[in-house]
Amino acid sequence: MSDVLTKSAARNIFYGGTAFFFIIFVGLVAHSVSTVNAMNESHPVTPSVAAGKHIWERHACVDCHTIMGEGAYFAPELGNVWVRFGGREDADSAREALKAWMKGQPSGIEGRRQMPKFDITDTELDELVDFLKWTSEVNTQNWPPKVSG
Amino acid sequence: MKYESQKVALYYFAGALGLFVAQVLFGVVLGTIVVVPNFLSELLPFNIARMIHTNALIVWLLMGFFGCAYYLIPEEAETELHSPKLAIVQFWLFLFGAAAAVIGYLFRIHEGREFLEQPLWIKLAIVVVALMFLYNVTLTVLKGRKTAITNVLLLGLWGIAVFFLFSLYNPSNLILDKVFWWWVVHLWVEGVWELVMAAVLAFLMIKMTGVDREVVEKWLYVIVGLALFSGILGTGHHYYWIGMPAYWQWIGSVFSTLEVAPFFAMVIFTFMMVWKGGRTHPNKAALLWSLGCSVFAFFGAGVWGFLHTLAPINYVTHGTQVTAAHGHLAFYGAYVMLNIAMFTYAMPNILKREPYNQVLNMWGFWITSSGVTFMTFALTFAGVVQSHLQRVMGMNFMEVQDALGLFYWMRLGAGIATLVGVVLIVWSLAVPGKARQAGRVAAQPAE
Repeated sequence: MSDVLTKSAARNIFYGGTAFFFIIFVGLVAHSVSTVNAMNESHPVTPSVAAGKHIWERHACVDCHTIMGEGAYFAPELGNVWVRFGGREDADSAREALKAWMKGQPSGIEGRRQMPKFDITDTELDELVDFLKWTSEVNTQNWPPKVSG
Repeated sequence: MKYESQKVALYYFAGALGLFVAQVLFGVVLGTIVVVPNFLSELLPFNIARMIHTNALIVWLLMGFFGCAYYLIPEEAETELHSPKLAIVQFWLFLFGAAAAVIGYLFRIHEGREFLEQPLWIKLAIVVVALMFLYNVTLTVLKGRKTAITNVLLLGLWGIAVFFLFSLYNPSNLILDKVFWWWVVHLWVEGVWELVMAAVLAFLMIKMTGVDREVVEKWLYVIVGLALFSGILGTGHHYYWIGMPAYWQWIGSVFSTLEVAPFFAMVIFTFMMVWKGGRTHPNKAALLWSLGCSVFAFFGAGVWGFLHTLAPINYVTHGTQVTAAHGHLAFYGAYVMLNIAMFTYAMPNILKREPYNQVLNMWGFWITSSGVTFMTFALTFAGVVQSHLQRVMGMNFMEVQDALGLFYWMRLGAGIATLVGVVLIVWSLAVPGKARQAGRVAAQPAE
């Protein structure tokens, strides 16, 4: 590459190419964001869902669990936990089961991974479940492949 | 070392090494919790230990980058640093922010987004620290000689600060949250951090091999070009399953496959320069780390990244231990080894010692590298088994985890070996070698 490419040519290709690819990237993300916003019309983030997301963050759930595959891989995937608990068939039972599950932690069972005890009120638990339900309804291109998450 | 102000780098190197030990120590704690789940479960739950482990890594790598820049820039720009005092103030502020964050985490004070757990005021303090740093190094470059290395390094460092600003944006829509979270995480480690990496490697090659600057700098532009042309649109491989349109599966698959290219180019580059230079530099340990960095980055970031980046494969492996395997080897190869290469090269110069404790440092290299490699294999096998049982057979998460116990024990063993290696590295850098001490004793009577 000694004669074919000079240093200043390499530099110009670097700066020009970077600008080119960055502009394409920004354009594509802008388009994607507009589709996400369009989805928001039929599938709105209600105040309760937003509050639930905040509770999710306050307890750093993502540092054990995954959500849509992102997180700490230590505890089960929760992006589709609503589906796994049968929320599509029987929403009321799924909600009660999820809330009871969270209230029952930590299990204290020897040799089993422990979920900490979080001080979450009943209203907050409902908001958290609303957030998980909302998340399970996102079009994830059919991911995860199995309901096991 | 030619300029007095390069010495400020020592603060950053020392701080970084301290946090490196803490990071690996918390890694061992986490590895223990995985196999003995009741260990510390009340006192230090997994999620808190995990945020300390990952944050300590990010902070010490950044602290190392700052130190590398403070050492490299005066020498490249051929002028003293604009303000060594400001650099020292910046160091203490950064260290204080990091310590405050960790203590806060222990009391459950955090923002709860992965890697960006820092409370808002610490995020803002990080922005202030970054501005102090950028002001200092940019003015130094502006008044001095401008080289390709300083150009690329500054672009990388400015990019780090600019993309960090996206950490302040947290929309209530989880999809949008994830989309722009990756603007920090991906555009850092698979974007602008690669500019820092290539620039520092180029500097080390010029210093240690004696190859002509023109040749090295041309390589540098080619490498960083490959990195950004592939890496920017490569962000698409994080947009497959988070509620984004399906076209990202094509864009992400194609461009992130090309992300292997810059890492391969770095291997060719470092080996060619060492071979062409034909000079035997006395600091063999620094050369070993530099070559090791390009090779391990190629395997960790390049090969292990490609392993699960194609959309149909990622559909099955996404969010399993395969990701954890890739994360560990990539961070170690690309950014840990880069920092240690620079520390090993620069610290003897700053401390006015002969390259010291070479053998111990190289033992550290081999033990740590073996530990991380073994850990990567254990996690990769765990991830493949997990992908099959959970994603193909549809077995329950915890049942699958119970089946992976053997791999997790092997990972813990590898983690302990890594910790031993890290202690050796830090020891070899901090403590003068025997040869040096003997030399001093022998030299004294003659004075």
